[in-house]
Formats: sequence, C-alpha cells, structure tokens
Amino acid sequence: MALLKNGKPVTDVFLDVSTAETIPSEGAIIVSLDQWQNSAAQLRARKEPLGIVLRSHEKPAAIAEDVHKFAVIALDFPAFGDGRAYSSARLLRERYKYQGELRAVGDVLLEQLHFMNRVGFDAFELASEDAARDWQIAASDISVWYQPTSDGRPHALRLRHQAAGDN
Amino acid sequence: MYRYDEFDSKLVNERVEQFRRQTERRIKGELQEEQFRPLRLMNGLYLQLHAYMLRINVPYGVLSARQMRQLAHVARTYDKGYGHFTTRQNIQYNWIQLKDVPDALADLAEVEMHGIQSSGNCIRNTTSDQYAGVARDEIEDPRVYCEIIRQWSTLHPEFSFLPRKFKIAVTGSPNDRAAVKVHDIGLRMHRNDAGEAGFEVIVGGGQGRTPFIGKTIREWLPPEHLLSYLEAILRVYNFDGRRDNKYKARIKILVHQVGADEFRRRVDEEWEHIKDSALKLPQAEIDRINAYFAPHDYEPLQDHSAALAEQGKANTEFAAWLKANVANHKVQGYAIVNISLKSLRQPPGDMTAAQMDATADLADAYSYGELRVNHRQNLVLPDVRQSDLFELWQKLASIDLATPNIGHVSDIIACPGLDYCALANARSIPIAQEINARFQSMDRVHEIGELTINISGCMNACGHHHVGHIGILGVDKKGQEFYQFTLGGSSDQNASLGDRTGPGFPADQAVDAVETILNTYVKIRNEGERFLDTYRRVGMSPFKEALYGPA
Repeated sequence: MALLKNGKPVTDVFLDVSTAETIPSEGAIIVSLDQWQNSAAQLRARKEPLGIVLRSHEKPAAIAEDVHKFAVIALDFPAFGDGRAYSSARLLRERYKYQGELRAVGDVLLEQLHFMNRVGFDAFELASEDAARDWQIAASDISVWYQPTSDGRPHALRLRHQAAGDN
Repeated sequence: MYRYDEFDSKLVNERVEQFRRQTERRIKGELQEEQFRPLRLMNGLYLQLHAYMLRINVPYGVLSARQMRQLAHVARTYDKGYGHFTTRQNIQYNWIQLKDVPDALADLAEVEMHGIQSSGNCIRNTTSDQYAGVARDEIEDPRVYCEIIRQWSTLHPEFSFLPRKFKIAVTGSPNDRAAVKVHDIGLRMHRNDAGEAGFEVIVGGGQGRTPFIGKTIREWLPPEHLLSYLEAILRVYNFDGRRDNKYKARIKILVHQVGADEFRRRVDEEWEHIKDSALKLPQAEIDRINAYFAPHDYEPLQDHSAALAEQGKANTEFAAWLKANVANHKVQGYAIVNISLKSLRQPPGDMTAAQMDATADLADAYSYGELRVNHRQNLVLPDVRQSDLFELWQKLASIDLATPNIGHVSDIIACPGLDYCALANARSIPIAQEINARFQSMDRVHEIGELTINISGCMNACGHHHVGHIGILGVDKKGQEFYQFTLGGSSDQNASLGDRTGPGFPADQAVDAVETILNTYVKIRNEGERFLDTYRRVGMSPFKEALYGPA
C-alpha cells in the first residue's frame, strides 16, 4: 500500500484507528464518524493532527461545522463502483470549504484517479507496486474536461468563451 | 449539426489512445478480464454470448452522411458487414474482435464518434426526437440542449460511478417522439404563461423488471438552469439511490420509494446551493451551440402534394409508402422521410454496409447530408424536397429500404434476444420476422392501421415491451421459450404501461396470438379508431376471451 500526495509517494504519519476499540492517547490518528461524534470533546483537545474517515454512506453534512478541525478527511471506496465519495468530495471542497488533505482510500483504481483528481482528492492510497508512475499515466491520460469543479483546472466551457472574448 | 472543436476532438482522441494501451495490456495478459471489464465497459465494449459487442453512440440520433460511411467501413473492416441500430439511437457491432477495437475506435474518432459511456453505471447517450429541427409542432430545437447535456455528462467526474445506468431524453414538441416519460430523466419543452420556453422535468420513468411512468418534479425549468438542476438530481441519486441490489438501483425505485414530493424536496434543497454556480448556462453558450443547428438554407418551394397524389394514383406502392413513411416538414415543399429498417429480409434495426453507404449517398443527394436514427430502430432523412420523393422512393426500394410500414404492425422493435445477448431468456428476432412474414400484405397492414409491437427477450425490457401497443416478452419456462403478451402500452405524451393478457404462448403459437388480438380489434373497433384507443375504450376482456376462450 502506497500513499501518494499530489502525485508523490509520502509516508503516512496517521494511524487509522477507526475500527479500533480504544483510541491511543497520543499520535496523529484517523477516527471514524462514530468515534468523532461520541468523543468529540476529547478528540478536539488533542495536540496532534486529527483525521476522520467517512464511509461511503456517511454524508459530509455530518461534519460540515467541523471540517477545519481535520488535517485529513479520508473517503472510503468499499468497491470501485461505489461512487458516493465523489459527491462527498465535491461537497467538502465546494460547499464546506475544506482545505486540508482529502484522501481516497479503499478500492481505488488507477483508472479512476483522473475523476478523483477533479472532485478534490489530493491524496490516494493505492495498492499498485509503482503507484507514482501509474498516477502520472492516469493523471495525464485525458486533458480535456467539460465540467466546472472547484479544482481550478480550466474546463472547456471557460476556455471556449475566453477564446471568443466573451465571458 | 454539431461539429467537434479542438476540445471535443482532443478528448476523444486521448480516450482512444488510453483504451489502446489498456487493450494491449489485456492482450499481453497484464490485465485480467476482471480488471479489464470496467475499462472496456466504459468504452462501450461488451462481452456477449458469442463475441465482443461494440456499441457506438449516435448523439441524440443525429448522423452525417460522412459518419454513416464510416459506420459502413467499420462494419465491413472489423465486423461481418453489418450493424444493428438500437432503441437508444445507437449502433452495435456484434462480431468485433478485441484486437481490432482500438483501430475501429480510432476510425470512428476521425468522424467525431465514440463509445464512451455507451455502457456502465453512468449517464448514457442523451436521446431525442428524430424530427428535431424539422417538426411542425416543435417549440425549440431539442438538439441544442442535448448537445449541452452531452458535453456536461461526458466523463463527468462526479457521476461516472452511479448506482446504475442513467438515461436522459429530451423532446422539444408536445407530441413526444422521444419517449421521455420512460426515461430516468425526461425533459419536455413547453412554454410558461409568459410565453417563455422551458422544461417540464420528469424523473423516475423506466422499463426493465419494474416499469414506471416518470413523475413530474418541476413544471417549468428555465433553460439557463438546466445543468444545475440535472446536477442536483444526479447528486441526490448518487447519494440516495440503492446500491445493495442492482435490480433496485435505478432512480425510478428511489423516486417510487420516497415519493415524488420527497424526491423533489431533496432535489430543490440541493439545487438551492448550486443553481447560481458556474453551471448556470450563459446565453452566449446556448447561442454558440444553437448556431450549429441553424436551419438549412431551404429553397422557396411550392407545395407539391397535388403532384404527389397524382404519382400515388399511378403507383399504389408509392402511395402506401408516402402515407406510412413520409411526415410533414415545417418548411413548405419539404418532407421528412422515414427509412424502415423492418424489411422481411433483415432483423429489425439491422443494416448492411452496402445499405449504409447507399443511404449516405441518398442523404447527400436529397437531405443536406444528414440522417437521423430513431428509438424505433429506423432511420430518417429529415430534409427532402417533396418533388424528389418519387425518385428517392425508387432508390430506397432498390436497396430494400422502402418497406411502407412505419408505425404499423411489422414496424417492430426487437432486442437482440437470445440470438446474441447473454442476458436473454428467449429469442426476439425470429418472432419479429415471423410476424413480419405473416403481415406481408400491405393492404392488410394499412387496414390494421397505427400499431406498435415491441418484443423483449427477457424482463430487462430492452425491446420496450411494456410500452408497445402490443408488448411481447420472451421468458424461459423449463427450457422452453414462451411469450407473454401485454396490451395498451404507449411511450408517447400519453404514456402508459401495458397490461398482461394472461399466460404466455409457446414460440409456435406467438404469431397466431398476435393475429387473434388484431382480428378481435378489427371486429370491435370504431371507425378510424387506433388499436390503442380501442383497447383503452373496451379494456382487456374481449382480447382475453379471444386468446383464452370464455372465462
């Protein structure tokens, strides 16, 4: 398992305790939504960076007020075809103005990276052996996008009307 | 029609090269079928009963002569010399080899065609009225909005992994030729009290195992909000649609389970957040797309119908064709010509490469180089001079494309069925051909009048049996093919789902059953009454009695 951030392999400093029974008292951790909701006061008091993982059925509205508390929000893909996290990612970035690391975890396929890239993910947990190379290929396969999203990449609609001089 | 600019071309070409690399990895064994499957499906490549099947989109059914020639080239070079037009205005090649698919896609990309999103749980090809732009009853040209939706939905980063496939249809006319009420989203253009054109938004229609007529969730949507409203619907569906059971995953089940009012509430809540976002369509963009669909430079022509009537008197076959296959055009002196792909000699919707080439030539000679594919698996030449009709008819007849049966008993929708399809329980094509053979007398066909017969080879309903005036569903009963009948279905503006007659019939009695139903209708109909209207007036009992004997 490799963690890529902005296309480069990085060391994961977070310990995922989302399925653990007890939460360690120190260290950077990733908790579940349940853990967050049950122990928000203790978790808020921690010094180290905190992350949260949302399962695909957990809507980001549940943490809308708290997004700035998290250094990492991980969105889980239980299967590559479960696309709910794409909507969650956009809401976190576009509606709740989340600025931290947005991490795709679970069944993350190379061929989905270009979609994930567009909806606001900037970190990916990949099973691939040469994840950085694969990521480069996947991220550059398609260079044209029709849809405006918050990732700031130019989309065809804007490029066309810029070229035409209107807005 | 729409032409690709640099952005459209680049996307499709990059996609071809991406798939070429993926296919090479599959052939070398670096990818297993399990890993390759989602990749090929995203490009329209299925694995069927006997071979791969490649489905190519014909966006909203509009096809240039040049594209048609390339479809012929693909049929000839990579397939067995024919193609099959589908109920979703697409074309399928049934015998393509995996190693050839990247080349075929590259050839198609040259003419601005592709198979992207012709499969998979994503937004499929948006379909429309085959008479778009030329219909007399049209409010605005729906192709403009179809193209806007095409671009918005292509490789949509958020909506490429939906609970299930998603189909959108648009009509710009009150007479719905696009079956919008049986789509995941149907858009019906109409004018509000202020006289402005906008869309009624209908959601949750569909066929398959659990058919539903769609429900209206917005009476009138301004076109500038089209994409934000669609995005709101899709986001609600992406989050809330069922993913635990593929047979309950379409949006129709969600809308049915939560109810139209609750679904509308969820959509509106989402829409409030995004309606004035970057998705709001600038008038400049609508105008830019609209310019591609500007009307042709029509000649000022006299109405030619008196002369046509004379030609019809001298030639009854021509008269029959004129009556069944030719529709009114919005411009005086022009006509819309339907090309029937329902001759006795070919499966419904099939066309040989030679016929495709010849049809492309006819489109160039008689119809501004443009063709349409409709959801009943026929073609249309949209802009024919009335004075050319006789000559065109002769040429169509010489290539077996002038069967005068549009909207009649032998104009049958049939899915590929057990002859090709891995999902089918029964054959569809042979039943369609037997019905066609039984009703070869065009006098009799025309005496029966307007009628749709739709045949599906399994309950997934690709042959639209639920909305056929007569629907036929093939089922497997202990290893034997049986055919169940429904009556009274329709996919137009007064859409309805057909009612089951009763137990099914074995294959060798299915055509007799059609005949029984039609004989009953002819006996009890009022003067000038269509089959559908007779059924709606009298209900099931006379038909049931004729089929199964007195109760």
